[in-house]
Amino acid sequence: MEFSEHIKTANVEDVVLRQPLHPPGRGTLCITGHHLLFSDREEGSCRQVLLLLRNIDAIEKSVENLLTYSSLFSNAGLSQRLSGSSGTITIKCKDLRVFQLDIPGMEECLNIARSIETLSCLDIVSEMYPFFYRPSNASLRDQCGLSSPERHYSQMKELHDRWRLSTVNRDFSVCPSYPQAVIVPKSTDDDMLEKVAKFRQGGRFPVLCYYHKKNGMVIMRSSQPLMGANRKRCREDEQLLLAVIDGSDKGYIIDTRSSQQALQAQMTGGGFESKSCYSSWKRLQRQMERGKALQESLIKLVEACGDESNNMDRWLSKLENSKWLSHVQTALSTAGLVAECVERDGHSVLVHGSEGTDSTLLISTLAQLIMDPGCRTLEGFLTLLEREWIQAGHPFQKRCAHSAYSHARLQQESPVFLLLLDCVWQLWQQFPLALGFSETLLLRLSTEAYVSDYGTFLCNNQQERCALGVKENTHCLFQALLRPGERDCYSNPLYEHTELAIWPSVHPQSLHLWRGFFLRWTPQTHHLEEAQEEIRNMVIEWGKLALS
Amino acid sequence: MEHIRTPKVENVRLLDRSSGQRKASIGTLYLSATHTIFVENNPETRKETWVLHSMVSSVERTPTIPAGSQLILRCKDFRVFQILVPLERDCLDVHTSLFRLSRPEKYSELYCLSFNPNVNKDEREESWTFIDLTADYKRMGVPNNLWVATAANSEYRVCDTYPSELFVPKTATPPIIVGSARFRSRGRFPALSYFHQDTLAAVCRCSQPLSGFSGRCQEDEMMLQALMKANPGSDYIYVVDTRPKLNAMANRAAGKGYENEDHYTNIKLHFIGIENIHVMRSSQQKIIDVGEMRFPSMTDFLYGLENSGWLKHIKAILDAGLFIARAVADEGVSVLVHCSDGWDRTAQACSVASILLDPYYRTIKGLMVLIERDWVSFGHKFSHRYGHLDGDPKEVSPVIDQFVECVWQLSEQFPCAFEFNERFLVAIHTHIYSCQYGSFLGNCQKERRDMRLGERTHSVWPKLWKERAQYTNPLYRAEQSQSQGVLRPNTTPYCFKMWKGLYNHAEKSTPPRQSPADFLSAVRDESQQLEEELTNQQEVPPGGTAHHHLGSRQEDSSPDRGANHVGGGSEEED
Repeated sequence: MEFSEHIKTANVEDVVLRQPLHPPGRGTLCITGHHLLFSDREEGSCRQVLLLLRNIDAIEKSVENLLTYSSLFSNAGLSQRLSGSSGTITIKCKDLRVFQLDIPGMEECLNIARSIETLSCLDIVSEMYPFFYRPSNASLRDQCGLSSPERHYSQMKELHDRWRLSTVNRDFSVCPSYPQAVIVPKSTDDDMLEKVAKFRQGGRFPVLCYYHKKNGMVIMRSSQPLMGANRKRCREDEQLLLAVIDGSDKGYIIDTRSSQQALQAQMTGGGFESKSCYSSWKRLQRQMERGKALQESLIKLVEACGDESNNMDRWLSKLENSKWLSHVQTALSTAGLVAECVERDGHSVLVHGSEGTDSTLLISTLAQLIMDPGCRTLEGFLTLLEREWIQAGHPFQKRCAHSAYSHARLQQESPVFLLLLDCVWQLWQQFPLALGFSETLLLRLSTEAYVSDYGTFLCNNQQERCALGVKENTHCLFQALLRPGERDCYSNPLYEHTELAIWPSVHPQSLHLWRGFFLRWTPQTHHLEEAQEEIRNMVIEWGKLALS
Repeated sequence: MEHIRTPKVENVRLLDRSSGQRKASIGTLYLSATHTIFVENNPETRKETWVLHSMVSSVERTPTIPAGSQLILRCKDFRVFQILVPLERDCLDVHTSLFRLSRPEKYSELYCLSFNPNVNKDEREESWTFIDLTADYKRMGVPNNLWVATAANSEYRVCDTYPSELFVPKTATPPIIVGSARFRSRGRFPALSYFHQDTLAAVCRCSQPLSGFSGRCQEDEMMLQALMKANPGSDYIYVVDTRPKLNAMANRAAGKGYENEDHYTNIKLHFIGIENIHVMRSSQQKIIDVGEMRFPSMTDFLYGLENSGWLKHIKAILDAGLFIARAVADEGVSVLVHCSDGWDRTAQACSVASILLDPYYRTIKGLMVLIERDWVSFGHKFSHRYGHLDGDPKEVSPVIDQFVECVWQLSEQFPCAFEFNERFLVAIHTHIYSCQYGSFLGNCQKERRDMRLGERTHSVWPKLWKERAQYTNPLYRAEQSQSQGVLRPNTTPYCFKMWKGLYNHAEKSTPPRQSPADFLSAVRDESQQLEEELTNQQEVPPGGTAHHHLGSRQEDSSPDRGANHVGGGSEEED
């Protein structure tokens, strides 16, 4: 497909761009297959704005054409009529920025708008920008990704006694959304795994995602068992789970649905681990919001943040009504519960909801951050995200197709990953010294998940990535973030390693609106950034002095 | 001592509810003339808890339970203690004693009159001259050819709640002042609060005019004319009435009210809409309740926050200050601020405006000066508002709490602009209520002079100054752009949050937070020390790197970090 067929007008002169935090500028607007480029022509400035069209979530156009009326009566020529017209395009981005373009010429304006509308929604992955992005400081032969299931397993010597690496999924036939290798109890062979996979939605059989070195307990994750209305059972599934708790008296299953929802799921072929068949497992229901409701929550909150005319009562009631902070609270307290089971009670935990690709991953990731100091460094955190979100098959392409501004009908969009970042930010601000990365990293990831130069967040799972050659044809974001120049601004200058678990407070007073994200484009955030800069400088200064 | 029925009760259980303590500790309770003291039995810790009687806001007896009788002690700094006494009789005695001790009837019963920090007479006298308002006026360039000191109020002849020394426009003669004072509630005539050297515009304050529906006063009109003329850059002044317009209008029926724009030439009247002390009192009670909720859901919390209206009021006060600051700094127009009596909302609005206008007031010393000027010297009724003596509960209202909170909200928005930290604000808040020092006693300068507080008590400011190391914000940079000049806060509702550090001690102390501020303070001291070493050309001892000095912070923050704050609460003992 040629992008050019969607571009009727590629260049417009004399366009005025309004964007947050900057004075308006006048210059040239240029549309390419992947980008919107604006270059400021004002004297003394050479400002450029380069925006990936895919970043555009919604576009509103309004053409002002005062002459249209008069021309109807005067029969003036078409060209004259259009030359006096102009249009305004408002662009709302997935990173919550809002641009406004004043474009002379109605036709040009409509052409541009049409191009943006089409090009920003193209969903053929192999034609997306990451496949064309070729930075000068990196080569496609560089290492892709930070780790792999194989590496992860070989590094964790202590679990080799009881756990093995299975490649039953090497051709993605057992579970399309799992990676090629997964860690399972040693006593379960691949035949069993195949049977268990048939008993779990989407083939997501229970796999190990975290091993707690202090007491050997583990966190497993899976999807729901397919027991259905006639209470089917699967011996292999029961055996697998029994092998997980091997020796200890019991384990906990944290089901991210309410009991009601779990029962409903049973009626439609899904279900839960019944007490009679899984007698050594204790099931706890912790309802987490998911799917559409979560997306709507984000939309409401972004809307509330954008409305500066709110008075205090209206703002607080909109904040409450959006329920976003309630979701943050639930996620953190559920993750805390998992960590409590593992670290305090010394029991293994299985986490699942229905599909096991969303809130399940949210909970397992947060629980690991709470317990495992290894996940709290910059590399550790990125590796955790790679393992628990990219490799574990969070469907980024479906979930992040649109963000809070889109008028498109919601399909499978859901800001689960944003919710994770928000929760991590809450941890970060409650424990400013315990996490090795900065807020800047979380903000960068919040954008990259939706739109990126890199291939890391493309597709829905590893199988799709392999099929498209994402690894061979795009660059890796995580590697880029760790490069010497970049790394500095993504690491936390205050970081100091601690072995202790970081138990978050989930009291509403301790949970705040993530200003850095939701109010990112307001001047106030700038003062907070200055403060972060100041902290960085102080620590650097101190480091220099200490060395001299 | 005559009020203490039982000076000592053993086997008492104390639960510091506000610090998130889960298990009560067992120990002995002592009642002294000034404090309730609890000493833990545990021989290893023998932890002592001291509560000043004047900090107790209420003592409540709850129904007796098998284990004994219970008292709930609520403090003015929002701490809450639960005390379980084995015998009902003892509990009754403690309750009666505390009830009386926490409600002193005479100034002579207050702690500051018996409190004796180890200083000699000279030092004490010096402590009262630590804050010098004349020097501050001089710092802002007053007196000058526009503003002069007036002797009109010497010996408090014109207005007994004003200080004896005041600055007025040069053209305001004593007859004008006296005439204007007669036309203003309680004689509080327009006087200078802050002079902005850059624009020559000024912030002035007074009380409402006694205008009723049609009353007018020539001298008062001349007074406002003089204010305007004292600013060569502008041909009008703003009169900011900080009350809701409806309240102001209602006051006209009582012969008071606001300036009639037909009678005063060249004024622009502006209403702000800060609610009165009664609304604020009940609003604060509601936000305290929100802070005390045990395991609220997010919905409960946000609903409670909205329902309390507290942040709305804080925003109104900040908006008032911002309006004044903008008028003075951006438009170069002088502002005359009043409410009803001109000692509550007026003090709030003027002092917030000064904070915004002048970086000096964002320093540790500067904030002291500002509170001394706009609150202490201008006759804010500390003793009534903060319930220092047993009196009319309707007079009590958290007026200065709100000012202190405004400063905190600003410091959250501008983390590098304030020399002091949250601790400093909390310390000031505590001392306003504690009556340990004489600084905030009484309701005006005259009262303090008549009580001879300068001879009988100590001033709090030198004490706080001595402790300034712990009140310093390590991020403060006087030279940085956000610290300089006029502060222009955003007052969109999303910029406000509940001040956890003041209202919720539980959340402040648990989980034991890692404090970046403490770390940075250590870094800063360390850097300074290292710099000195370098400049002194001394050899840095081998291995003497900063890491060793900072090594202790881990221990500081970790001891009960293991405490779980997720869900939790089940093991609590009641």
